[in-house]
Amino acid sequence: MSKIADRIRNLPSDDHTGALERFARRAVEDGSARVAYGEVESPIGDLTAVVTSRGLLALAFETDDLDRIMESVATKLSPLIVRTPSAVGRVRSWLDSYFEGHPQPAPGLDRSLITPFQERVLTATAAIPLGEVRTYGQVASLAGNPKAARATGRALGANPIPVVLPCHRVVAADGSLHGYAGGLDRKRLLLDHERTISV
Amino acid sequence: MNLPPFQTLVDEHARPLYRFLRGMVGPVAADDCLQETLLAALRAYNGLSHDGNLRGWLFTIAHRKGIDHVRRYAKEIPSPSPPDRASPPQTVRDTDLWNRVARLPPKQRTAVTLRYLGDLPYADIAAVMSISEPAARQNVRAGLASLRKDFT
Repeated sequence: MSKIADRIRNLPSDDHTGALERFARRAVEDGSARVAYGEVESPIGDLTAVVTSRGLLALAFETDDLDRIMESVATKLSPLIVRTPSAVGRVRSWLDSYFEGHPQPAPGLDRSLITPFQERVLTATAAIPLGEVRTYGQVASLAGNPKAARATGRALGANPIPVVLPCHRVVAADGSLHGYAGGLDRKRLLLDHERTISV
Repeated sequence: MNLPPFQTLVDEHARPLYRFLRGMVGPVAADDCLQETLLAALRAYNGLSHDGNLRGWLFTIAHRKGIDHVRRYAKEIPSPSPPDRASPPQTVRDTDLWNRVARLPPKQRTAVTLRYLGDLPYADIAAVMSISEPAARQNVRAGLASLRKDFT
């Protein structure tokens, strides 16, 4: 390798992240990007909000495999995915209000990743009042299929929009937390938090 | 066909694309050209019939945006670059080198910037410039020879 070639390779240049931010904003504004995502800080760790023009499509914990989630969104919905932190402002303000103890009405949701059975289960879950819990069997009954406690557990475990669709309010029949996609510690934190703010 | 999320292309290729454009059109216009390149790529992304060489495809778009810019604003020779804000003052000679690269004859400039700022293999350089691979090598060689006279 010649010396001059090395010098060209190593020429310092300005940071290009400003250009990337402007690109992302324009892509979301003119609709070229169908899916945008950005991080939101929260007491249960950084969350990644994935949004479309319809609303919140998915919410991921920092322990989730974000690459896999984005690949699945690319396949199921659209590969026109651009990281755009400015596009998740509404989700951020809802999460802030929730964690501050005064939850605003839930943000608009894009239910494209939710199956019909999951929809019934999650609708039943969303009806559980803040500060309360139900068992998998109870939610299965509310979803119209009392014998489907296991399928209900799976549907909740695959909830693409946790926290906002409160699958954490579903526990085992003996009152134990049972399981949570974001880990039991997060489930416990969310339930403790909700007990505090509901009184 | 399953295309990867567009953002993965941005993460992998934005920096070499930016450096290529920086060499082609200077630091101020490179910012705009990078935005235009990515917007054009995003708009065309769904219509791709294969996901074989996405990097080559991106550089082809960037090359077109760079050429458009040069045709529109400069009479082939970009005005001398101000130093990048990232460069400390003692690297004036870096700015000189950017300027010397920018003043190479167009084909040599394109070939040299694709090779050493865009980090492209010769096969891709040839495809982007619509020339043969030996011609791509020849343009890089000639460009380097001309630069070497001033910078050794």
